[in-house]
Amino acid sequence: MSTLEFFLAGTFSAATIFLLAALGELVAEKSGVLNLSVEGMMAVSAAVGFVVTYETGSHIAGFAGAGLAGVLLSLIFAITAITFLANQVATGLAVGILGLGLSALIGRDYESLTIASSAGINIPVLSEIPLIGAVLFQQHPVVYLTFLLALIIGFTLKHTRLGLAIRSTGENPHAAQALGFPVFLIRYCCVAFGGLLAGFAGAYASTIYTPLWADGMIAGRGWIAVALVVFGTWKTGRIAFGALLFGMVSLGELIAQSMGAGIPSQLLSSLPYIVTIIVLAVISTDRARMRLHSPFSLGETFDGTEGR
Amino acid sequence: MQFKLDRRERASRRMLLLTPLLAVLLSVITSSLLLLILNKPVGSTLHSFFIAPFENFYSITEVFLKFGPLLLIAQALAVGFRAKVWNIGAEGQMIIGAIAASSVPVYFVDSTSGWLLPAMIALGAAGGMSWAAIAAWLKTRFNANEILVTLMLTSIALQLLYYLLLGPWKDPMGFNFPQTVMFQNEALFSPLFSGVRLNTSIIIPIIFTVAVWLFMERHFGGFKLVVGGLAPQAATYAGFSAKKAVWVSLLLAGFAAGLAGMSEVAGPIGQLQRSVTSGYGYSAIIVAYLGALNPVGIVFAAFFVAVLQIGGDVALVSANLPISAVHVFQGLLLIFYLATYTLVNYQIRPLRHASSSTTEGQPT
Repeated sequence: MSTLEFFLAGTFSAATIFLLAALGELVAEKSGVLNLSVEGMMAVSAAVGFVVTYETGSHIAGFAGAGLAGVLLSLIFAITAITFLANQVATGLAVGILGLGLSALIGRDYESLTIASSAGINIPVLSEIPLIGAVLFQQHPVVYLTFLLALIIGFTLKHTRLGLAIRSTGENPHAAQALGFPVFLIRYCCVAFGGLLAGFAGAYASTIYTPLWADGMIAGRGWIAVALVVFGTWKTGRIAFGALLFGMVSLGELIAQSMGAGIPSQLLSSLPYIVTIIVLAVISTDRARMRLHSPFSLGETFDGTEGR
Repeated sequence: MQFKLDRRERASRRMLLLTPLLAVLLSVITSSLLLLILNKPVGSTLHSFFIAPFENFYSITEVFLKFGPLLLIAQALAVGFRAKVWNIGAEGQMIIGAIAASSVPVYFVDSTSGWLLPAMIALGAAGGMSWAAIAAWLKTRFNANEILVTLMLTSIALQLLYYLLLGPWKDPMGFNFPQTVMFQNEALFSPLFSGVRLNTSIIIPIIFTVAVWLFMERHFGGFKLVVGGLAPQAATYAGFSAKKAVWVSLLLAGFAAGLAGMSEVAGPIGQLQRSVTSGYGYSAIIVAYLGALNPVGIVFAAFFVAVLQIGGDVALVSANLPISAVHVFQGLLLIFYLATYTLVNYQIRPLRHASSSTTEGQPT
């Protein structure tokens, strides 16, 4: 495989982690809930996914365990922020701290162990095409499923009754409740769905992308996923594009390091964070557009009573 | 039986004082269960956490050593959190403060001037403030979300620290360890008592606390804001524009975190190294909340979390409990606090099937 092929193919693989987590966060935010614990949920799930895969030898079991862990942690968030009406930002941070602590605790006996990655698939004929074949048709099934999921979520949010219920809940929970939508149930389900996808993202990171466990391995990717939702102005297509961009940046770091281009490795490691800040500033500067696209009640607690 | 939350006519002051205690109790119960699952002795671990830190003079001074930076940073963060300015990058501002302060002894290795320490204090504060100012500028000029920006800036600060420690600032005689030279005595705070690490820098958080308390008294009329239930209307700073709130909150936090970073390198650590912040920037968020974002409450909360951290060090040795267990406990503590805080503004009522949603839930 040439360097270019490796780079482009790896971009999709790296982007999958960002995209999975960002899609989950998108659904939660569309229902009006800002769950900032993505990093923590990914960390716990990465640990659980790794431990389960290591012990059972099954990647599917690893993904199931990781998904379950993500859902459980997101439910702790939901109980605190939705049922007990706590501030969503603070609750997200708290659950994030809990998640990072738990991940270190769970993975303690597995530090630096590795497992076999699960192989990608070769789509017959198409994978033989030079360059494009290796980049687009030899990926892991999870990569294809993730991009397919982006399409499904985009369609569901835009064109179905379920999507309408989620969007109304996020725009104006009072009106949504008056229309007969079960606001609390919808928000619980959306947050749990976000937890499930963050769980899968963690499992993909620790069992397929880099099949090893190291404490702190998520390394801010959960936060970048949160930022991606803003970059994509809450639209799946743009979020997917942003995920690819960040996949490329994080891979560029690896390649530049291996070539030893004379740039300090710390500067290269900072690159995703610097890019995040710059893109965030560029996208957010149009205040009117941000207001138009962000769910109107995002981050506000809703206690089920009539409007203020 | 189902329950329902009813909004109180006015916030309950009694619950305001009770919720932190309730949160501690619930966290201890949950952690004990967790210890049972981990097959660790519950009783002796709890003893390590809550009793051992007071068992000898040295431990007590260590508690106060942790108390200082936690108090300093949390007081500043609370001012911002009240104004809904979510600076969660105090960790990064602390790193930059430590770096800026360290530049003095790193570049003036042989100096014995009495100006070393004052220069380090000034640079530490300025360093933290400049790092926070980036986030304030991006927020006010470009509307960039400060949660994400301050977090990303923390990651960048960490990389900058690694770069300096592995490159230009590495101690040439340090056997290739990623750390600077040990600082000369003139660049260090003097210990309060002989043989302990607690030093004169403890005065900084205390002065800062009094200043913040006076500031809050003048601008908010004492505890009214807190007892008033942190109403969003009240939280929009009296007479403060939104932009001003962003700048004041972030610069204040940068100032405090920068000083905290400076106190670490000029205090217990005595050099610049990788673990310069010990996670104070994150723990301070928990302290700020647990103290109900109130200057007096934060003093108690900072002390409690300091005890917890020293207790964690003890448990690390006595029960072979990993340091991550302390993070789990801190996360639980904040979650339980946030959940029980609801009882300040709401009361729990059993929901009977006869009276459905027609009368209930209306704010009175």
